[in-house]
Amino acid sequence: MSMIHVRTTVNGDPQEFLCDPRETMLDVLRDRLALTGAKEGCGTGDCGACSITVDDRLVCSCLMLGAEADGKEISTIEGMADGEELHPLQAKFIEYAALQCGICTPGILVATKALLEKNPDPTETEVRYWLAGNLCRCTGYDKIIRAVMDTAAEMREDA
Amino acid sequence: MGVEGQDFEQEFQVVGTRPDRPDGIDKVTGRARFGADAYAPGMLHAVCVRSPHAHAKIRKIDASKAEAMPEVKAVVTRADFADGLTGEDWNILENVMAGEKALYDGHTVAAVAATTALAARDAAKLIEVDYEILPHVTDVDKAMAPDAPAIREGAADGSVPEGLHPNVVRYHESGHGDVEKGFAEADLVIEDSFVTEATHQGYIEPHACLAQLGSDGRGEVWCCTQGHFNVQKVCAALLGTESSQVRVTASEIGGGFGGKTAVFIEPVALALSKKTNRPVKLVMSRSEVFRATGPTSSTSMDIKIGMTKDGRITAGQGVFRLQGGAFPGAPMEFTAMCAFAPYNLENVHQVGYDVIANRPKQAAYRAPGSPMAAFAVESVIDELCNQLGLDPIDVRLKNASREGTKASYGPKFDRIGLVETLEEAKAHPHYSAPIGEGEGRGISCGFWFNHGGETAVSLALSEDGTAALSVGTPDIGGSRASMCQMVAEELGIPYDKVRTTIADTATLGYNEISHGSRVTYASGLAAIKASRDAVDKLCHRAAAKWGIDRDAVYWENGCAKPAGSNAGEFEPLPLEKITSKMGMTGGPIVGHYEATPEGAGVSFATHIVDANVDPETGQTSVSRYTVVQDAGKAIHPSYVEGQYQGGAAQGIGWALNEEYIYGEDGRLQNSGFLDYRIPVASDLPMIDTVIVEVPNPGHPYGVRGVGETSICPPLAAIANAVSNAAGVRLKQLPMSPPRILEALDDQANGRS
Repeated sequence: MSMIHVRTTVNGDPQEFLCDPRETMLDVLRDRLALTGAKEGCGTGDCGACSITVDDRLVCSCLMLGAEADGKEISTIEGMADGEELHPLQAKFIEYAALQCGICTPGILVATKALLEKNPDPTETEVRYWLAGNLCRCTGYDKIIRAVMDTAAEMREDA
Repeated sequence: MGVEGQDFEQEFQVVGTRPDRPDGIDKVTGRARFGADAYAPGMLHAVCVRSPHAHAKIRKIDASKAEAMPEVKAVVTRADFADGLTGEDWNILENVMAGEKALYDGHTVAAVAATTALAARDAAKLIEVDYEILPHVTDVDKAMAPDAPAIREGAADGSVPEGLHPNVVRYHESGHGDVEKGFAEADLVIEDSFVTEATHQGYIEPHACLAQLGSDGRGEVWCCTQGHFNVQKVCAALLGTESSQVRVTASEIGGGFGGKTAVFIEPVALALSKKTNRPVKLVMSRSEVFRATGPTSSTSMDIKIGMTKDGRITAGQGVFRLQGGAFPGAPMEFTAMCAFAPYNLENVHQVGYDVIANRPKQAAYRAPGSPMAAFAVESVIDELCNQLGLDPIDVRLKNASREGTKASYGPKFDRIGLVETLEEAKAHPHYSAPIGEGEGRGISCGFWFNHGGETAVSLALSEDGTAALSVGTPDIGGSRASMCQMVAEELGIPYDKVRTTIADTATLGYNEISHGSRVTYASGLAAIKASRDAVDKLCHRAAAKWGIDRDAVYWENGCAKPAGSNAGEFEPLPLEKITSKMGMTGGPIVGHYEATPEGAGVSFATHIVDANVDPETGQTSVSRYTVVQDAGKAIHPSYVEGQYQGGAAQGIGWALNEEYIYGEDGRLQNSGFLDYRIPVASDLPMIDTVIVEVPNPGHPYGVRGVGETSICPPLAAIANAVSNAAGVRLKQLPMSPPRILEALDDQANGRS
C-alpha cells in the first residue's frame, strides 16, 4: 500500500512524515516521531492513555489515523511543560502522589488540562465524569481528583 | 522474634514524611520509558498467532503464505524452543507456546516477526493452523464433574485423593480442633455456598518486550515485568541457554498487581531474534492481555460457621474449589489458609481443590486467593450477626486473632494489628454516621501473609557524599521513594542525595519478583542493612584517620563521631569529608546486603462500606468507603494510602462489575475494556484511609507490606453492604444489576 505524505505541527514543531493509511496517530507519534509519552493501553478508545489534543480538541490518538493529522495542531504530553517549568497539574500530581505506576498519567494530564481550559472551576462530579474515559487501575482516582481540584483552585487564584 | 538494630520508638527524620517521588518528573512529562517504549536499530516487530478454540489438537501449522511475504523474516512454533523440559519449566513453555494441543481460547500456537508491525499482523493472519476441536470445559464445578473432558491426564500430583476427576490436580487440607464438636456448641449454625467469577488484574500497560539473542546464546531483554531475574531464569530454560548469558532489564512497569509475575512473550521474542539475528519487539494487544494472561481463579465455595448467642464463633469450616486455567497452580491453599485467619478459633477445618479447565493459566492477583475466601466467610459472619442481632465489629473484636493466637493455618501469630484496625474502624465517624434510605453498610476484615524472599541490594557512595542504591525489585507504585527515605534515614543525609535505580540482572544477585507485598519490607530491610554496612565502613575510615579503634566511633546525623571522651577529642567527620578522600583511604565505599529475610509480618485490614442499591435497575453505587489497615510503619504515607485506595477500588470492580464471560464455545466474550468494565472515576467515591501502625518485629522500623491486604476485605464488605441494602443475601460475584434483580425476584417469590 502506498504511503501518505502528511505535514503537521506537534507541540509547536513542524513535522513531516510518510505513513501507511492504516497507521493510527498513536502509531505515528510513537513509531515515527519518537514521542512515546502517549501510551497504547487498549487501542480501542476505552482507556484514554493515548490522549492528545488536535486543534485543542481532546481525542484518543488510537482512534485517529495518522493521515488525519495533516494541517492540524497536535499537542501531546511532551509539550505540556514549558521548558523546565512543569504545568501546575504536573507539579500537583507529583506533590499529591496522584500516580503510582504512571502509565495512565500522561493521558490523564492531557485530559485534565483540556478540562481546565474549558472549565476552570469544575465540581468534583464534573472532574469525575470528564475523566471517566481515562482508566487508572492503581490509585482508585482519589488522589487524582484531589490534585485536579486543588490545581484548578490555585490556577483560578493566579489568573 | 526481633531483628538486630531495631528501634520502634526512634524519632525519624525522613521516614514517615511525604517527599516527591524521585521518578515524578519522568512520569508526568512522558519521559519515563515503559515496556513498549524501547526501540532498537534494525528491530523487527512480532505478533503471536493464537488459538480461537478452547481445546483443540494442533494437527498442522502451515506458515508458507506468511513466509512468502518479503517483510516476514521468521516464524516460530513449539519446535523452536528447548525440549526435554520438566516440571514448572515445561508448564511455562506449554503456556508460552502450545505443544500438541491448544488448551484455551488465546493460547499462542505460533509467532511471526516482520519489518513492520502492520506486516507482522497481516502475516499472522496468513498462518494456517489445522485444528481438531476437542470437548472443553470452563466452569470449575463442571470441570470436576464425572462427565467433564479430561484436559491433561496425569497433571495431578500426589496430594489428590483417589476417585477425583483428573482435572483436580492438587488438594489441600488444614485446620485444628473438632469442628463437629464446635458446631454442636453453637446456638446458630449457617451453611451456605458462594461463587466468584474470574477477574483480570487490569493493568493499563499491556505486556511488552524488546529482545535480542545471538547464535552464541548471549541475549538481552528489555521488558515490563514484576521480576526480571525470573524472566532471565525462565528465558534461559525455554531457549536452552544459560541464565547469566541473558541480561534482563526491567522497564518502568505500567501496573502488575501480580499479573506481571508470569512470563509470556519474552521467550517468543528471543526465539524470533535468534532465528533472524535481529532485535525483536513484541507488544500484546489488550485483547491478547485478556485472553491469554492474568486472570484470577474462578471459585465455588461452601462455608459453615457456628456462633453462640453472645457472638463467639465455635467452629468454622470451608471447602474451596478454584479453577486456575489449563495448568496447575490455582492458589487454593492460600484461599483455605486465609479464610479464617482473622479469627481465634478452637475448631477450624478447610479443604482446597486446584481444578484445571480450558481457560488461560491463572496468575497472581494481589493477595492471590484471599479476597474470595473473605467474601464467603465474612458474608456468613455478617448473616450470623444479623440473625443474632449483634454488632458486626463487636463480634469480630470478640473473636479476633491476637499475638499468640494459633492461626487457622497453623503457626502462632507474632505481634499483629487486627484488633487495632477494628477499634479504629469502630471509632471512625463513618461507622456511626446514619445510614440513608435504600443504603446498606458492610464490614469485613481481611488477611494476607506478606512475604520476604531472596533479596540483594548494593549502595555505592560517591565522592560528593551522595548515595546510589541499586535494587532488583521493579518499582510498581513508588517504592523508589521509600527506598531513598530509608537510606537517607540511616546515612543521615537529605532524601534528595540518594538515588535508587532498578538494576538489571547483571548488576546484582538474584532478586525474587516484586510480589507478596515484599518490596518495602524486603528491599527496604536490605537497603537499611546495606546502609549500615556502608556506615560501618565509614566509621572504619574515620577511626583510621583519628588513629583510634573502630569501636570507639559511632555514626550520628550523617557524621562519624568519637564515642565519648575516652576515644579522644575529634570534630565530627561528615560523610562527604570521608567519601571525598575514600580513593586514598582504602578505595570505594559500597554497602551490601544479600539474604532471604523471613520476618515479613502478616497484615490485617478492616473496611467499612456504604452502598445504595436501586431496586428498579439492580444498579449499585458505593457512597462511602473507609479502609483501616495495619502498615506496621508507613515509610511514605501517601503511597501507603495509595495502596489502600487502589486495593479498595479494584475490590469494588471485582464485587460489582468485573467478570470473565465465556460463551458455550469456550471463547472469551468480553476481551476489551468496553465489555470488561473496570471502575472509572465517575463510579467511585473518595476512599478514606486510616493507617494503623503496629510494628512488625521482623523489620528494623516495623514495616509490613501493604499492597495486597487492601484487596482482601472489599468483596465481602461490599457484598455485606449490598445484601443489607437489598434485604437479600448476595452469594455470587460480581453483583451485577441482573444478579441483584434476580436475587430480589427470588426473594419476592420465596425462592431465596
